[in-house]
Amino acid sequence: MDEDMHDISVVVNGTRYQRRVEARMLLSDFIRHELRLAGTHVGCEHGVCGACTIHMDGLPVRSCLLFAVQANSRQLTTVEGLAPAPDKLHPLQQAMHAHHGLQCGYCTPGILMTMSVFLNEHPAPTEADVREALSGNLCRCTGYQHIVDAVLAAAKLRSAAP
Amino acid sequence: MTTRAFGAPIPRNEDARLLTGQALFVDDVELPDMLHAALLRSPLAHAHIERIDVSAARARKGVIAVYTADDIGALWRPGPLLVPPPPIDGITFNLRTHAPLAKGKVRYVGEPIAIVIAESRYIAEDALADIIVDMTPLPPVVDLEQALAKGAALVHDDLGNNIAAHVRQTKGDYATAAAKADHIIRRRFHYDHGMSSPIETRGVVAQWDARAHHLTVWDTTQAPVFVRNGLAAQLGLSERNVRVIAPFVGGGFGPKIMMFYPEEILVPWASMTLNRPVKWIEDRLEHFVATTHERGQIHDAEIALSKDGKILGVKDVFLHDSGAYDPYGLTVPINSQCTLLGPYVIPHYDSTFTAVFTCKPIVTPYRGAGRQHGVFVIERLLDFAAHELGIDRAEIRRRNLIPADAFPYDNKIIYQDFAPLEYDSGNYEPVLDKALAAIGYQDFIATEQPRLRAQGRHVGVAVCCYVEGTGIGPYEGAKVQVQANGKVSVATGIGTQGQGHFTSFAQIIADQVGVPVTDVEVVTGDTDQFYWGAGTFASRGAVVAGNAINEAGKAVRLKILKLAAEHFECAEEDLVLANGEVSIAGVPGNAVKLGDLAMRANPMRGAVKPGTEPGLESTQYFGPPKGATANGVHAMMVEVDPDTLLLNILKYVVVHDCGTVINPLILAGQIHGGVAQGIGNAFYEQLVFDDQGQLLTATLADYLLPSSLDVPRMELDHTVTPSPLNPMGIKGAGEAGAIPVGPLFAQAIEDALGLSKKNVELREIPLSPSRLWELIAVGDAK
Amino acid sequence: MKPAPFKYIAAKNLDHALALKAEHGEEARFLAGGQSLVPTLNFRLAQPAVLIDINMLDAQAGIHRVNGHALRIGALTRYRTLERSTDIAEAAPLIHEALPHIAHPQIRNRGTIGGNLSHADPASELPAIVLALGGRLHAQSATGERWIPARDFFLSPLTTCLAADEMLTEIELPVAGPRSGFCFMEVARRRGDFAMAGVAIAVTCDAQGRCTSVRGALCGVGDTPVDVSSALAQVCGSADEVGAIKDAAAAVWETIEPGGNVHASAAYQRHLAGVLIERGLPIALERARHG
Repeated sequence: MDEDMHDISVVVNGTRYQRRVEARMLLSDFIRHELRLAGTHVGCEHGVCGACTIHMDGLPVRSCLLFAVQANSRQLTTVEGLAPAPDKLHPLQQAMHAHHGLQCGYCTPGILMTMSVFLNEHPAPTEADVREALSGNLCRCTGYQHIVDAVLAAAKLRSAAP
Repeated sequence: MTTRAFGAPIPRNEDARLLTGQALFVDDVELPDMLHAALLRSPLAHAHIERIDVSAARARKGVIAVYTADDIGALWRPGPLLVPPPPIDGITFNLRTHAPLAKGKVRYVGEPIAIVIAESRYIAEDALADIIVDMTPLPPVVDLEQALAKGAALVHDDLGNNIAAHVRQTKGDYATAAAKADHIIRRRFHYDHGMSSPIETRGVVAQWDARAHHLTVWDTTQAPVFVRNGLAAQLGLSERNVRVIAPFVGGGFGPKIMMFYPEEILVPWASMTLNRPVKWIEDRLEHFVATTHERGQIHDAEIALSKDGKILGVKDVFLHDSGAYDPYGLTVPINSQCTLLGPYVIPHYDSTFTAVFTCKPIVTPYRGAGRQHGVFVIERLLDFAAHELGIDRAEIRRRNLIPADAFPYDNKIIYQDFAPLEYDSGNYEPVLDKALAAIGYQDFIATEQPRLRAQGRHVGVAVCCYVEGTGIGPYEGAKVQVQANGKVSVATGIGTQGQGHFTSFAQIIADQVGVPVTDVEVVTGDTDQFYWGAGTFASRGAVVAGNAINEAGKAVRLKILKLAAEHFECAEEDLVLANGEVSIAGVPGNAVKLGDLAMRANPMRGAVKPGTEPGLESTQYFGPPKGATANGVHAMMVEVDPDTLLLNILKYVVVHDCGTVINPLILAGQIHGGVAQGIGNAFYEQLVFDDQGQLLTATLADYLLPSSLDVPRMELDHTVTPSPLNPMGIKGAGEAGAIPVGPLFAQAIEDALGLSKKNVELREIPLSPSRLWELIAVGDAK
Repeated sequence: MKPAPFKYIAAKNLDHALALKAEHGEEARFLAGGQSLVPTLNFRLAQPAVLIDINMLDAQAGIHRVNGHALRIGALTRYRTLERSTDIAEAAPLIHEALPHIAHPQIRNRGTIGGNLSHADPASELPAIVLALGGRLHAQSATGERWIPARDFFLSPLTTCLAADEMLTEIELPVAGPRSGFCFMEVARRRGDFAMAGVAIAVTCDAQGRCTSVRGALCGVGDTPVDVSSALAQVCGSADEVGAIKDAAAAVWETIEPGGNVHASAAYQRHLAGVLIERGLPIALERARHG
């Protein structure tokens, strides 16, 4: 069959992009290779590892389980859009740095996108809350402990300086 | 005064790029006109290839080329032996290596048969379905013992059997020692390690520039220098015309070093043949069969003891699953063989292994690299001995520890680095004491456990000891240079997969040269930046590359002092290096910046004297004569639900000695990560092959990696027994967390459920709730 | 793992979606949350020629009560909405209790109840809950509509009784009545994994606290969710409730034929089913008696 092509318009990190995409193009591939926003990483393409997590209309979703065409008219945020300014990191990024919450860094963008929303919704989480929220993002390097420390520290950072 | 950087828990230089999505991983490389590859992989574990028809694939729109074994000319040949077997008397080693594409027959599910190059990965995968392969199935060789049985199908027909290697190492005289023993325990153990499963799979991008006659390859490899050398040789190029870059790599853990993977050869060759860049990114489904595993061994082991629990000797005969080929030699089973000796005095040892070819993916080292298997055997034997002799489990270990005054301790057999297995330094008993105190061992057994049992709770405690041979040669090198802007660059040949090299190496230089850690820019993994090296494996990066960097830093420091002394017309001893400046001690106001000194060392006029070099730069190498032995103790408290057999880790303690520590924050991360992989290995991850050699656990929904809810918070402590083998006194730490977790789980679960009273022993890893239930149900039925 | 080519059509409304499905039949699949479907596309286990995106069918999302006795949930209602719904918490406590076990937050932001039930994975929680509650499912096609009792809906692994031109549009469950108690419990390898065995139990008691009805279903132990209500019935009206619960567990063992899988042997699954009954029933009864 001929390729099924669609015109889409999608806002990513506040910038509007208009592109023509094949129907079957995964959103993860669109973001990474069409838009050249390579911060979002691909780990499994079957929705288990969480490395590809982005925000669609403000909610964390697995971009490997969405097609680019489904992002038409939607607002996406990727890790490149997380920091509030070019010279200022998000509290969670700061805390991950301070607490050594990343080693190879491959799963990190997905974790940042998942836990940044979690912190918005749970400003004062317990360790158990954090581990539960984190359980959909796999990390093979850190053993999670420093990530948990970072999220708890970020919660305090946010409540100290809203 | 500046703060000393070495030894400080400094946050990492490399984090900002990783946190903001600006770090380059292999799949981020985008080149104009780039093509994409996909590989057709064998669906059968063992079969003759009768016919391959790629015509429909070649005709598909968007497909540029399809190659089979017959299409790649001289490139088709079995690959080289990467790690020769150690020089052990009487060794049998049958080398059988894989070629880039299968010809004649396939020997494991996943073996590459053809490669498709297309305009997109999507189209390339479409074309895979167009390829017709006629295969005649052969009986697959899956089970280790059946592989050695008479009449078994042969993985390599020309060999006459399925034996990859046969190795026996002995020290002392076990038979005589056993004859005099008060007590002998014999058991069979099964240990299966699993696969590395980093979150980033493998990938290769190759760009051939025909006019410049230059090949650039981005590769998720742990050994870029070796890949460069091998590619140059295979492709008929000068090494200087090949550049291999291992950029940021998303986790290595061992299998990303196994070369040559077929894709590492085929993708560059395709780029040269088609004169366009080619990218291949392994998808997760492929990863399960296309990247190496570290799988299983079957041990028939016995231990001879005196009645007070002193080990007189150990005898062990084991089978090792090699997979279909053995390009990586015998590192894994040799490590099993050597690491079984552990931190204990074992005067007599007789260890024999047979490495077996099977119709499964190749086995190469994965974090721990076979040490786990050996540690499981000795730790379990000691647990059973403790039970049968009525000695406490911690006490029987204590009685057998190598005493602190016995180092260097020569175990006499040959280790993976071809040197005799000699432990350089160690002080084992304090490590055990700290672990026992931290887990509350005495109090738990005496008071807490009975109290919990009375409440109907099944809580158990375990403690396990291990050593880890680290920091082996052959060597690494480093070039350190003060730049005109005052920053210091460090280049070394190894690659980085998250270990924090950009920071720990910077800390070494920061102290030597007197600059802030953030002003040291480390480059790793680029063969154009540093020509020589081996790679990141076997917990050697900090020891070997770190020491090379230290030597280069010392040499640069000397150059700085010489030049600054000339500038100030003072003695070198009077100078202070701090904050990127040199000044006379006590006269901080009159300082010269390092960058200015560097410019002075590279003048536009004047003369650079013969026998000296321009700039403030030095290249140094470090090659340790043998590895440095780290050690540790893990202790765990676990609660087991007796009905579901699910478990909850209540407490996890690691006490570790890796000599001098460069960055305790990074070290802690390495231990945490290792333990998490150990927990996966012990209780969650299992590679299940059916009798046709099909991997049944071939997605992340079936191969269970531990999540944040499965890995507990860990308490870490350490002791420091420096290594005498290198000037910084450091030992490696990368694999330590992963090594003793299997026997720890077995011991703790037995203790929690009182399994010794039910005559149930746990002699296999991995365990799982279902497997535990079966073992106990069968035990109850006896 | 890239999907095979397909034609993508975003349905504007239900009629549009049904017309498309009628036109393409088995060649077309509905794309709702995609959390179960897209992995199968990426693995190329499924290669539909047409993907009908029904995410714009807002009218098919939402929760409302009918006549005070029934709860109707639109098929396109996402797990995330169910998690935050006070109607679900009050009227369908089984769903409320099961939701944290279903996958992970990112999945729950997209996945829908209709998608989950249509996918019909026998280890999935919601099919067992719908079966335990004796709910019914509303299916529509371009030419008609029907209500299907839960017991007739799930035929075999990944197969429902929906015809090639039908779409699941709504799920109806009885609202939790007074003096009713519920318990959902599962045993999985990790949080969010499919259950090795799971149970959904619903009990009702009279004013004196005597159990008057028990319904239950298991997930993960058969080709479909398994209704074990008849095995559990003996708990009602028994003088020795503790003994009756044990007997009910044993009766459940007899009822089920678990298939086993790489994570759990059949014998272990059977054992777990009994454990879940013995743990779940007392909790449901306690909740019925004391709220």
